[in-house]
Amino acid sequence: MPFGNTHNNYKLNYKVEEEFPDLRKHNNHMAKVLTKEIYGKLRDKQTPSGYTLDDVIQTGIDNPGHPFIMTVGCVAGDEESYEVFKDLLDPVISDRHGGYKPTDKHRTDLNFENLKGGDDLDPNYVLSSRVRTGRSIKGFTLPPHNSRGERRAIEKLSIEALNSLDGEFKGKYYPLKSMTDAEQEQLINDHFLFDKPVSPLLTCAGMARDWPDARGIWHNENKTFLVWVNEEDHLRVISMQLGGNMREVFRRFCVGLKRIEEIFKQHNRGFMWNEHLGYILTCPSNLGTGLRGGVHVKLPKLSTHAKFEEILTRLRLQKRGTGGVDTASVGGVFDISNADRLGSSEVEQVQLVVDGVKLMVEMEKKLEKGEAIDSMIPAQK
Amino acid sequence: MPFGNTHNQLKLKFSSADEYPDLSKHNNHMAKVLTPDMYERLRSKQTPSGFTLDDVIQTGVDNPGHPFIMTVGCVAGDEETYDVFSELLDPIIEDRHGGYKPTDKHKTDIEASNLKGGDDLDSNYVLSSRVRTGRSIRGFCLPPHCSRGERRAVETLSIEALASLSGDLNGKYYALKNMTDAEQQQLIDDHFLFDKPVSPLLLASGMARDWPDARGIWHNDNKTFLVWVNEEDHLRVISMQKGGNMKEVFNRFCTGLTKIESLFKERGHAFMWNEHLGYVLTCPSNLGTGLRAGVHVKLPNMSKHAKFEEVLKRLRLQKRGTGGVDTAAVGGVFDISNADRLGFSEVELVQMVVDGIKLLVEMEKRLEKGESVEDLIPAQK
Repeated sequence: MPFGNTHNNYKLNYKVEEEFPDLRKHNNHMAKVLTKEIYGKLRDKQTPSGYTLDDVIQTGIDNPGHPFIMTVGCVAGDEESYEVFKDLLDPVISDRHGGYKPTDKHRTDLNFENLKGGDDLDPNYVLSSRVRTGRSIKGFTLPPHNSRGERRAIEKLSIEALNSLDGEFKGKYYPLKSMTDAEQEQLINDHFLFDKPVSPLLTCAGMARDWPDARGIWHNENKTFLVWVNEEDHLRVISMQLGGNMREVFRRFCVGLKRIEEIFKQHNRGFMWNEHLGYILTCPSNLGTGLRGGVHVKLPKLSTHAKFEEILTRLRLQKRGTGGVDTASVGGVFDISNADRLGSSEVEQVQLVVDGVKLMVEMEKKLEKGEAIDSMIPAQK
Repeated sequence: MPFGNTHNQLKLKFSSADEYPDLSKHNNHMAKVLTPDMYERLRSKQTPSGFTLDDVIQTGVDNPGHPFIMTVGCVAGDEETYDVFSELLDPIIEDRHGGYKPTDKHKTDIEASNLKGGDDLDSNYVLSSRVRTGRSIRGFCLPPHCSRGERRAVETLSIEALASLSGDLNGKYYALKNMTDAEQQQLIDDHFLFDKPVSPLLLASGMARDWPDARGIWHNDNKTFLVWVNEEDHLRVISMQKGGNMKEVFNRFCTGLTKIESLFKERGHAFMWNEHLGYVLTCPSNLGTGLRAGVHVKLPNMSKHAKFEEVLKRLRLQKRGTGGVDTAAVGGVFDISNADRLGFSEVELVQMVVDGIKLLVEMEKRLEKGESVEDLIPAQK
């Protein structure tokens, strides 16, 4: 892979016009923002670990657009990417995160007690509840850029930390490369197993290199708390269970996350975080809380209502298919989650999901009875 | 993408053992040769353009093995790769090219009149004949490593050179990114169109970056001579036609190639060539002549004969499916071509195909009549 310092200097022998990517058929955040001027200004720069502008934008060049969602089209290779390439990333962040300004401050709130309600979403409609986030370990480069040595060090630290967990969090680590067939089968049945990325959005950014080396899955014995190691981020932390008790899911999420952070700190390792961008992750779309709190919910009637999209927008929620970000919904069951990541806290975002899903289930019930829902349409949150 | 000089320095902070890839499940030429000691000696090196050891081997790390053929598992990023990393590449070249030694000299012979016969392969069996090779333009990095500016410069030079061809070789260039639907359909119907690589062997080495920028197809009006620009190599030159007149295919091949080379030289650009490795191409398997001469031939009986593989081996031929290198045969029709690339001249390799196919067709006819082929089994060439 070519885009390091020496080759970067080599490329400077060519003019900006000659190196500037052809983005005329592209529709992603990077393509909307990157002008020849910005390219010219940033192309001779690199982060301390050697990440360059072409590294940042390669995935956006290789993937012109996505049918279901507006993709970001750029990634960070390390914590410093967000600083060195801010001329590109600040406007992308602003565009993606509802006008978030370079001077704005982000709030972190992982006190689950601050959540109101959330323990009574109707399980006849809400099939499952889940909260996930990501964490990056300070001092290492990120998945698009890291070497095998770095990735293995991250895995080792993570295993140590996770093995210290006890009580409801006591669990076990399954490295992808030494998984038995039986373990693999079980993890698939539990819907836990993550596989080598096939999405070109991820593979073009270099995140799948050396697969499955130093990748693995840890989960607690109860199968309600799960950590992915070295997939799209250093760590992805997931709390989930069947049914509609989002409150319990969020409690476990917050408690577990805090325990993990404490253990890392005991080993002199912090998570990447700053007061402007919150938690630093590989994709600019996951900055801030990195949190996606969501449910799988049956909304066969509401989803065909003319105002469904509008309602979701006003509730600051987004829909996905139940297969994840690149999929379509099946059988009227949708994955509904918070749309925001940056500029509001974890509690605030989960609150939006809890309140919003409660409302939509009420609307679904009304529509089942053939009643109108116009009076229930919410104002913009 | 990480593997440039600065990031290479960062990686050196980890021990060689920490960075050495896990090749325990791998079966390719690179995995057979790369020891931890060798990795340690080569990991701090880079070519003048910044290609490093990890760049060379990434595709082999990401692709443990292939069901149909023993893959090479490494690529060159520029001409100097074969020198800077000769400690790794010389043994691979030796293993892949029948014991070719670092001190051996390669013969180039594209004088078509030196081919004996080849104009009378039976068209009832030989459906089509084709000869291809690759050429790299000296002074530019190769497809795994080149920047957009370099790739576009290669395209511009190629278009100029090809536009000067005339007579039987008069033709037109179709840039992949500007192709109309009609042009695309025609090129597909002619079996000329190459698409964005899907093979993970190619994707993992970075050859598909920025697709379809600066990629294109040139062909003559008669549709018998075709040049691919910026696919797996800078240029792939192909001569083909239906039926069994391999002599005519090879004549056109040599004439066209010689003309193209002189047109490039007029513009101050040579092809990458040296007297040890012959023509220098991206994949070490294509060194020497870079030539694959083959036919699509019906051998439904012969292919089921117990000695089919043995016969091919002795004739120094290899079989593929008719979809190309990663495919299986369909309906008893095989793509049969020379197995060698380096250490034999172009004329010698095409001679082996011509003589070998003639023999295989005779054997097929014998088997059709229920007769034995034992007396026809050749000695090892």
